[in-house]
Amino acid sequence: MTVPVRLLYFAWLRERLGTAEEEVTLPAGVDTVGALLAWQRARGPAAAEAFASATVRCAVNQEFANDSTPIASGDEVAFFPPVTGG
Amino acid sequence: MARVLVGPEDFDVGAEMAALVRGRTDIGGIGCFVGTVRAFSGGRDLAAMTLEHYPGMTEHAVARIAEEAEQRWSLLGCTVIHRVGRLVPGANIVLVLAAASHRQAALAATAFLIDWLKTRAPFWKCEEFAAGGVSWVAARDEDDAAAGRWDEAGA
Repeated sequence: MTVPVRLLYFAWLRERLGTAEEEVTLPAGVDTVGALLAWQRARGPAAAEAFASATVRCAVNQEFANDSTPIASGDEVAFFPPVTGG
Repeated sequence: MARVLVGPEDFDVGAEMAALVRGRTDIGGIGCFVGTVRAFSGGRDLAAMTLEHYPGMTEHAVARIAEEAEQRWSLLGCTVIHRVGRLVPGANIVLVLAAASHRQAALAATAFLIDWLKTRAPFWKCEEFAAGGVSWVAARDEDDAAAGRWDEAGA
């Protein structure tokens, strides 16, 4: 079974990938943030470089997530650097 | 219920404070923090700073933490305004107001909110240098440590 999701990118991650958001269909088995990160790194040289950093953070449906957070059909998954507001 | 605003518009500290206390006689103190854009960073002159955020998540995250501060310190009023977009040196970035019966609660809640905004709300700063060039601001360990102290019991 494949899983359609919406991916968002912010700050330098957005710049390095050249896109702010995209709709993708994930292959079967890519059902956690950790698996999605591995999938991202395998997409090509730009993605591999952008997602190489251990500092990339993630939110699933606008809640901070970690590698074991599950991903389901229709989820909004955002990737970004550590936050620097205030 | 806290007043939470995230957007490009500037804010008026006096007007926000007046709105917070209007009609109230139970407030004993108001903690206030205003963050502004410095004209230099790491020894380099700054032309501007651009703040990016995650629309939707930001508002919910800030509203939730403001609610936590309201409960933890029994606040009588709370305002959090965070600007986004391109801001020049001297411009306001963020406002935190926390009203309480006594100063300890007002000041502690204000410090908690700004520490939290720096480390747990989805904002990103990009510096634009006067001599040319731009650079995303890196997260600071000191900010994480400052926010972490509020996780400890009794803080």
